[in-house]
Amino acid sequence: MSGYMYPNEITLYWSVLIVLYPYITGLVAGAFILASLERVFRVEAVKPTYRLALLTAMSFLLVAPLPLLFHLGQPLRCWEMYFTPHSTSAMAMFGYVYLWYLMAVLSFEIWLDYRREIVLRSQSSKGLLRLVYTIMSLGSSNVSERSLRIDDRVGWIVTLVGIPSAFLLHGYVGFIFGSLKANPWWSSPLTPVVFIFSAMVSGIAAVTLIYMAVTRLRREPIDMRCVDTVAMYLFYIFIIDFSLEMLDLVHRIYEADESFRSLDFLVHTRLFFSQIVLQILLGTLAPLILLFLTQIVKLPEIARKRIYVFSGCMILIGVFAMRWNVVIGGQLFSKSFLGYTTYKVGLVTHEGLLVAVGLSLLPLFFLWVLLMLLPPWSEAGDRQSAAAD
Amino acid sequence: MNITRRHILLLLPAAAVAWKSMLAGTPEDSPNYNMSEHWWGMLIDISKCIGCGNCVRACQTENDLPDGFFRTWVERYHRSNWSLENPEVISPDGGKEGFPSVPDDPSGEYFFVPKMCNHCADSPCTQVCPVGATFISPDGVVLIDQRYCMGCGYCVQACPYGCRYIHPTKKVADKCTLCYHRITKGLTTACCEACPTGARQLADLKNPKDPIHEFLKTHTVQVLKPQLATGAKTFYNDLDGSVR
Repeated sequence: MSGYMYPNEITLYWSVLIVLYPYITGLVAGAFILASLERVFRVEAVKPTYRLALLTAMSFLLVAPLPLLFHLGQPLRCWEMYFTPHSTSAMAMFGYVYLWYLMAVLSFEIWLDYRREIVLRSQSSKGLLRLVYTIMSLGSSNVSERSLRIDDRVGWIVTLVGIPSAFLLHGYVGFIFGSLKANPWWSSPLTPVVFIFSAMVSGIAAVTLIYMAVTRLRREPIDMRCVDTVAMYLFYIFIIDFSLEMLDLVHRIYEADESFRSLDFLVHTRLFFSQIVLQILLGTLAPLILLFLTQIVKLPEIARKRIYVFSGCMILIGVFAMRWNVVIGGQLFSKSFLGYTTYKVGLVTHEGLLVAVGLSLLPLFFLWVLLMLLPPWSEAGDRQSAAAD
Repeated sequence: MNITRRHILLLLPAAAVAWKSMLAGTPEDSPNYNMSEHWWGMLIDISKCIGCGNCVRACQTENDLPDGFFRTWVERYHRSNWSLENPEVISPDGGKEGFPSVPDDPSGEYFFVPKMCNHCADSPCTQVCPVGATFISPDGVVLIDQRYCMGCGYCVQACPYGCRYIHPTKKVADKCTLCYHRITKGLTTACCEACPTGARQLADLKNPKDPIHEFLKTHTVQVLKPQLATGAKTFYNDLDGSVR
């Protein structure tokens, strides 16, 4: 600690788990937006990632509330958010937005999209798997052409509703921070918008990496037309995201209000590595330049693949650093603007590094289970791809 | 009757005890307390504060607070003669045990600023609580229902004055209650009672007979961070521009 902190400010209350929470919900929202590219905007080239994006979104969404639960002082009282929500609280919306997104959007869309396979598998598989698929079919066994057409139509509508829902899910996370007038590092109407675009960037990068890794593990050829198209969209959205973040930064520097000196000092000292090096240089400028290269120079396939993998990893690190800088950075300075504290991540505490790493890996486990149960490359998927070709 | 020095020596302590009792008020039963008749605030006269830390100790004892966390604390400001922007502020252990002595020939000005919950009428902490565990009572006191609080910490982030913390053992939010258990019985707060100079005074803004009204009329009174429009009800007399 240096300078003067109010005595109650010395302890940081929002830990690495609260960093993880917007990061994970961002991946959910971004993955869903990628899925909607194919479904709503009819970008046929990205079809191979469509189902994978949905399953990725689902895997991460299942884990999204866990960091919050681990963080709560009284986790058993979390149900109060559902039963007695406080109407003026941005956070009170979490339960409803989460449930809406989980049940009315993602689960429903995945179910509609996979219903035919689920029904067929419930008839062809044996033992426990048969039971699992029978439960998943929810008693529906009609796979006639007409019912599948209805599924397709309803699925389209659900995706259409899902786009603003994805924006709502992550925009509201940004609003939780952006609406706090007590904290000038967070308080900005741009915060929710920056959160949405950085979410799209991280989600698309994550699905691209997962697609490339899973395809390689299956010893199948990577659909370069698909990956190139995804990279193109990633690049354009990334430009918007970067512009918004820079607008926020330039605005703060030019306006230079009462908090500026304190925040400027923070960025040049305690946040220098995570903000300047990780978030801006390595996590934003490096992948932006590389992705730009793929747009203007005709690079060989292997070079493009490497660029996509490297850029994807850098983007994920950069967006995590951005969440870190927002959540932790916003608590490192005193609201008196006269002092600074430090944050040390515990290793085995209930909000420590091990829990954070575990929660980060858990979605990958869920994804593996979902890929086993509902393979996106199933017969029907191939049939659809073939039909599209 | 001749009043001798002996009489005075006997009467003075008795008068002091009687006066203290009068100041504290006569306790009344809470059931008779009518919330709609009060609108509580606090007056802090900076020019009277001597930084003794009595208020901090009284608060900690009265409310059984954990070490290192404060419902009230005292800061000592050292402001140079010309710069309001970079005061030197200290509050060792919340000012509980007082402060180190000031240099013999000090440059600039030294003064003490007691801090506590501002019991804002438009309190940001109440606004953000996801379950409504934090609320403003009808008599204007910001309170927490600790049997209901989830310990999410959102209110701690939302308070611009650093007045809240998560209780280390109860794992729920905690803050100044304006000694609600006392003021509803007609007593004053523990910090006001312990203050030897009367720098802190509980104020009932709804009571036309409360001396606060006369004081507000005749003094230049300010609240902390007025630009945040929180409706703070902790009023400061003689507040220096350097105080945050």
